[in-house]
Amino acid sequence: MTSTAILFLIAGLGLITWVFARARAGRFIQQGAASVHSLPSYHGWYAAMWAVVPAILFMLVWSTVAPALGSYAVLESPLAAQLPTDAFERAAILSEARSLSRNPDVKVFNDAARELAPLYADADRNYAMIGALAAFLLCFAGAAYAFTRIRPDFRARTQVERTVMLALLLASLIAILATLGIVASLIFETVRFFNLVSPFEFLFGLQWNPSDKVVDGQATGFGAVPLFWGTVFIGAIIAMLVAIPLGLMSAIYLTQYASANVRKWMKPILEILAGVPTVVYGYFAALTVAPALRSFAVAIGITDASSESALAAGLVMGVMIIPFVSSMADDSIAAVPGSMRDGSLAMGATKSETIKQVLIPAALPGVVGGVLLAVSRAIGETMIVVMAAGLAANLTANPFASVTTVTTQIVQLLTGDTDFNSPMTLAAFALGLTLFIVTLLLNIVALQIVKKYREAYD
Amino acid sequence: MLDNTATSSTNPKMSARDVKVFYGDKQAIKGVSIDIDMDNVVAFIGPSGCGKSTFLRTLNRMNDTIPIARVEGDITLDGENIYSSKMDVVQLRARVGMVFQKPNPFPKSIYDNVAYGARIHGLAPNKAELDQIVENSLVRAGLWNEVKDRLSDSGTALSGGQQQRLCIARAIAVDPEVILMDEPCSALDPIATAKIEELIHELRGRYAIVIVTHNMQQAARVSQKTAFFHLGTMVEYGDTSDIFTNPREERTRDYITGRYG
Ligand SMILES: Nc1ncnc2c1ncn2[C@@H]1O[C@H](COP(=O)(O)OP(=O)(O)O)[C@@H](O)[C@H]1O
Ligand SMILES: [Mg+2]
Repeated sequence: MTSTAILFLIAGLGLITWVFARARAGRFIQQGAASVHSLPSYHGWYAAMWAVVPAILFMLVWSTVAPALGSYAVLESPLAAQLPTDAFERAAILSEARSLSRNPDVKVFNDAARELAPLYADADRNYAMIGALAAFLLCFAGAAYAFTRIRPDFRARTQVERTVMLALLLASLIAILATLGIVASLIFETVRFFNLVSPFEFLFGLQWNPSDKVVDGQATGFGAVPLFWGTVFIGAIIAMLVAIPLGLMSAIYLTQYASANVRKWMKPILEILAGVPTVVYGYFAALTVAPALRSFAVAIGITDASSESALAAGLVMGVMIIPFVSSMADDSIAAVPGSMRDGSLAMGATKSETIKQVLIPAALPGVVGGVLLAVSRAIGETMIVVMAAGLAANLTANPFASVTTVTTQIVQLLTGDTDFNSPMTLAAFALGLTLFIVTLLLNIVALQIVKKYREAYD
Repeated sequence: MLDNTATSSTNPKMSARDVKVFYGDKQAIKGVSIDIDMDNVVAFIGPSGCGKSTFLRTLNRMNDTIPIARVEGDITLDGENIYSSKMDVVQLRARVGMVFQKPNPFPKSIYDNVAYGARIHGLAPNKAELDQIVENSLVRAGLWNEVKDRLSDSGTALSGGQQQRLCIARAIAVDPEVILMDEPCSALDPIATAKIEELIHELRGRYAIVIVTHNMQQAARVSQKTAFFHLGTMVEYGDTSDIFTNPREERTRDYITGRYG
């Protein structure tokens, strides 16, 4: 019997339990029990939970335990005694035997595996049987237990609510645990990287020329400053030079000048801009903007203009970020109390004086927070820079030159068949961790500022 | 309309004739005529929603900032129609200042708050004169002694009552002729309220003052003339003492005696 079939059966049994438990609880009401605590359906859910949850939990555990038990049984057999003692060879034969037992068409290299395969098949069959039986037993036992507890005064509703709460808690924990796991693996690999390259060299070195060569336990060419610079140049300077003024101006127009009708049209359009997949921006940057910029640079006499440039990536990234900045600024400006605006207008200030002298200063903390969030987004952005910024780790402020970024290099280091233990692969983790820490700090600071600012006007 | 809706003082600072205000299709003010002169503080009283704020805001064209609002009728300042195309609304609002219900200092220093209007209207050619304007305004608003040592602190850090006096200082810094106050004490405690009322006494005569209040004792304390509004019309306008002791209209009497509102 396959585990899928068992699962369906248990679910079916759960349904039956639900129906019977509900009916049983319903009878109390019909018999006019003095005070029935929970609705019948809660009794139903309670019993169904007892029937299904323990059985399924058991199956989960069993599915990891059973193969080990199977191997153990095989090794106990007289046939296994003839296996070679070399651990590596032994393991190879055993794993071949196991694959063969599951799929007879598998190619095998050791004949011993062919003899062991039926043993595996037998053992697996036996343990699967035992597992299924135990699961059904648990299912029945759970249902029976729940049944004995169904009484008029039994608080089934409370129990069901508690279980629901637990399930939700578990769901949210999974996200947190996954994050922690990812961070832990980043840290772990980064520590290994720092055994090969000193953190100082990594953070302050000016030469980015990664290779897998390890001399005296040290790898060279991992000075990441050119990448950090490229990231800042594109994401925090060029992109923001585009996104901050345009985003802010569009927010001011939308909140202060646009009629309700115009706003109704423009806001969704801006939001659509935010929903365009970044890869689309990427090829727009690489295929349209970059060549145009290059011809422009050549036309004005810059001879060393590269076909991939910081400017192309930065401009397009800036455009991508506009809706984000605009909507953050929009929120901040809208959060400034209308009385402040009225106060200024009543002094005889014009609309633009009011915006410049009162609204923007009042909204500034919120806008700054929004810009920091935008920067953190921009420096983590990958697709546009991979496609349009280039790979040359230049330490240059020439916007027409090609620069590279942290994200680009991570992609570069991890694509192709590199050894998982090589310095280059490990460097990708160190870069990832650095990026993670920087964006995390930016986000924390930004959210703090925004929160403080919101409190000020509540 | 009854002839008591417009008192005929010889030389009114502002006068309104048959003013109607609409919010979209809804009429909020249904033909109000009134004269406001320099010597008297005028109080607008009436149940909430009767249009006191709306009418007050017609006097410095603040209703222009509400897209759906539309004003009909004539309002003059020193005989000049403020709704004519020749009237510059920036100038008008410098001459007719306004203080709001909730203190609304700008998120700037105390000094910059008071200097705001003077800077916008270019009233001070140099720093020394600007300092003088700021000091005079704060003195007149009765706030100078409390803030003179911390003019660079944020205006929003002051207490509610101080903030409201800061807003009054801000309004008088541009040397207006009329000051409109829309329930200036409704967000303040009794002590702060008493200070503002005292201030209104001192400002009387120098500026024409109109104050909206839903507190009848306050109207009796600070004003010489009172206008009673009801459902978008001005029911009665006269000397405050008459309105409170001997109103001519049934509806005024009912409101004064607390029958409704
Ligand atoms: N901005 C506005 N838009 C639409 N209707 C308004 C607006 N402001 C006030 N009103 C309406 O106009 C009427 C008078 O309001 P208001 O002048 O604020 O009264 P008061 O100040 O006497 O309480 C009310 O019915 C109110 O709902
Ligand atoms: Mg009002």
